[in-house]
Amino acid sequence: MDIVRVADGVWEIPTQTKPGMRVPARIYASEPLLRAMDQGVFEQITNVACLPGIVRAALCMPDGHWGYGFPIGGVAAFREDQGVISPGGIGFDINCGMRLIRTSLTEDEVQPRLRALVDALFAAIPTGVGAHGFVRLRESEFGEVMREGARWCVRRGYGEPEDLAHIEGGGCLPGADPAAVSPRAVERGLNQLGTLGAGNHYLEVQVVPPTGLHDPGTARVLGIERVGQVCIMLHCGSRGFGHQIGSDYLRQFDGAMARYGITVRDRELACAPFRSPEGQAYFAAMAAAANAAFANRQVITHRVREVFATVFGRSPHELGLEVVYDVCHNTAKLERHEVDGRPVDLLVHRKGATRAFGPGAPDVPEDYRAVGQPVIIGGSMETGSALLVGTARAMAETFGSTAHGAGRTMSRAQAKKRVRGETLLREMAGRGIIVRAASAAGVAEEAGLAYKDLGAVVDVLARLDLSRPVVSLTPIGNIKG
Amino acid sequence: MGRYTVVEDVALADCAMDIEGRDAGDLFETAARALAELMIDPGTLPVTVERTIELEAAQVDLLLFDWLGELIFRKDRDREVFPEARVRISGDGPVRLAASVRGGVIDPAGTERRADPKAVTLHQLRVTADETGWRARVVIDI
Repeated sequence: MDIVRVADGVWEIPTQTKPGMRVPARIYASEPLLRAMDQGVFEQITNVACLPGIVRAALCMPDGHWGYGFPIGGVAAFREDQGVISPGGIGFDINCGMRLIRTSLTEDEVQPRLRALVDALFAAIPTGVGAHGFVRLRESEFGEVMREGARWCVRRGYGEPEDLAHIEGGGCLPGADPAAVSPRAVERGLNQLGTLGAGNHYLEVQVVPPTGLHDPGTARVLGIERVGQVCIMLHCGSRGFGHQIGSDYLRQFDGAMARYGITVRDRELACAPFRSPEGQAYFAAMAAAANAAFANRQVITHRVREVFATVFGRSPHELGLEVVYDVCHNTAKLERHEVDGRPVDLLVHRKGATRAFGPGAPDVPEDYRAVGQPVIIGGSMETGSALLVGTARAMAETFGSTAHGAGRTMSRAQAKKRVRGETLLREMAGRGIIVRAASAAGVAEEAGLAYKDLGAVVDVLARLDLSRPVVSLTPIGNIKG
Repeated sequence: MGRYTVVEDVALADCAMDIEGRDAGDLFETAARALAELMIDPGTLPVTVERTIELEAAQVDLLLFDWLGELIFRKDRDREVFPEARVRISGDGPVRLAASVRGGVIDPAGTERRADPKAVTLHQLRVTADETGWRARVVIDI
C-alpha cells in the first residue's frame, strides 16, 4: 500500500489507493512506529475512509494496531446529518477508559504498607472472569445508572460532588435510553457494577519517579505536586453490559445495512445512518453503556478511598484522594469542530483513542481550562503510564483526539510462550512492583514484552503537539483479573 | 470429539481459534469446549449444572456467533461455564440448534480462572463443510 510522508510524523494513504475511499487515511507516527504497525492497520483505516459521511480523513494514532473493523487508535468524524454510526468504531467495551486519582501520600509513607494495601485492594475490588460486583442493584436502579452515570453514584454516596467536575462530560453522556437496551444486556450487566474485569484492565498504585515531572507548572494545576507522590490509576469499562450492547447492535446492523444501500469492506464495520431509527437506538444504548462505565469507575473509586482509609488510618479527605481526571477511549460523541473554516456538527468515533481538548475549550473543567484537558495514557503493568494535556493542534488536526496506550506487539498466546505468569510475578516483586491477579496466565499475557514502548508513543504526540506530556508514573502495586 | 487450535497471527489483543468437527454438532460442541478452556481450567470446575439451550439463525456462521455469544452471556449473568455440550443442528435456513450443556459455577477460590471474553466478533467468521468434516474460524474479543 502506498504510504506517503506528508510532514514530520504524518503519513497519508491517498484516496485513490482503494476504490470507494471518500477521504485519505492519515497516520500519526514516527517512522519506527509506522514500520512496526501490522498491515491490518492500513487495510482497516482505508476501509474506514470508505464509510458514508466521513469528514477530512480517517485517522490513526501512533499506538494504532489491528482491531475489529476500525483499528485500535482509530478516529473518524462523520457529519451528523449525513454520516453513519458504527459499533466497530467504538469497540465492544463501550467507554473503556482511564481514571487517575491523586493522593497526598509519598512513596516513603506507602512502601511499609504496600503489600497490605495491594492485598486489601484485591480483596475489595472483584477482578477476573466470573466476578460479580459489590453494588447490588434492582433493575429500576440500573435504569437510573444508565441515564445518570457517575451522577447516580454520587447521589447514592459513592463519591463526592467534586468528583464529577473531573470526569469527561461530567460522568454522564446525554441521550441514554434504557428502552434501547436489550433485556439480555441488562441481565448480563446487573451484577457487574463494581468489577474491574480482566485482560488489560487493571488498578495500579503508581508513583511519580525522579525524572517524571516533565511540566511542573501544569502538573501543579492537576494536583501533582512532587516527585514521589502516590497516585492510583484505573483502567476498565462497561463490562458485560456494554459488551452485550455492542454484540446486539453489531448483529442488528449486519442485517440492516442492505435497507440503507450501505456496503462495507469488513463485516465488523457494520453501520447505519446516524439519523436512522437503528442509528439513533444504538447511540442511545451506547450512551447507557458509557454511563454504566462511568458509574463502574466511580464506585471502584469509592472502594479505593475506603481501602486507603482503612490501611492508613486516615480519612480519604486527609489522604488527599481526589480525582485528577477520568477520560474515555471507546466512544462516539456529538461534537462541533471546525471543518474548512466552518463549525460543523460531527459524530466523532474514538476507538482506542482519547479525547484531548486543548486550553480554553468549554468542555475542559474550569480549574484545568488554562492548561487543557488531562489525557491519561496507560502503558504495560511493568513500565508505567503517562499524564498529558490536550492541545490546540489536536483540536485543529485530529478533532481533539490523541493516543490511548502503548499498543501490543505480540499475541496473548505468544506472550505466554515467552514468559510464565508465576515467574513474572516474582521478577516484578523483585523490582518493587507487587501484583495480585485472579489469573497467572493473564499476568503473562500482559507482560511488558508484549507491548510497544510507551515512551516512543508519547514522544510522537509531543513532537506533533497532539498532546503535551506533564507527568510520567511508574507502578509499585497492581491488581488485575 | 473435534479439535481446535489457537491462531497466533490473528487478533494480537484477543483470541482467534480454528475449530474442526466431524459434523456440525461436533463443531459446535468443540467450539463450546474451546471457549470454556479459554475462560477456566475445566479440571478445577466441578460439574454441578445442566442446561438446555435452543437457538435459531438465518445462516450457520451466525448460529455459531449466537451459540458462543449465549455461552459468554451465561458466564457473566450466572457465572456458569460449560465445557461439555451435546449439540444437534438442523435445517438450512433458518438453521436450528438444540443443545444440552454441562458445567459448573465459577468459584473464585477454587476455579483456575483464565481470560474473560467480552464478545464473539464477525472478524474472519466462517463455517465450511466438505466430505472430510466441518471447520470454523472464530475470533473472540478479550
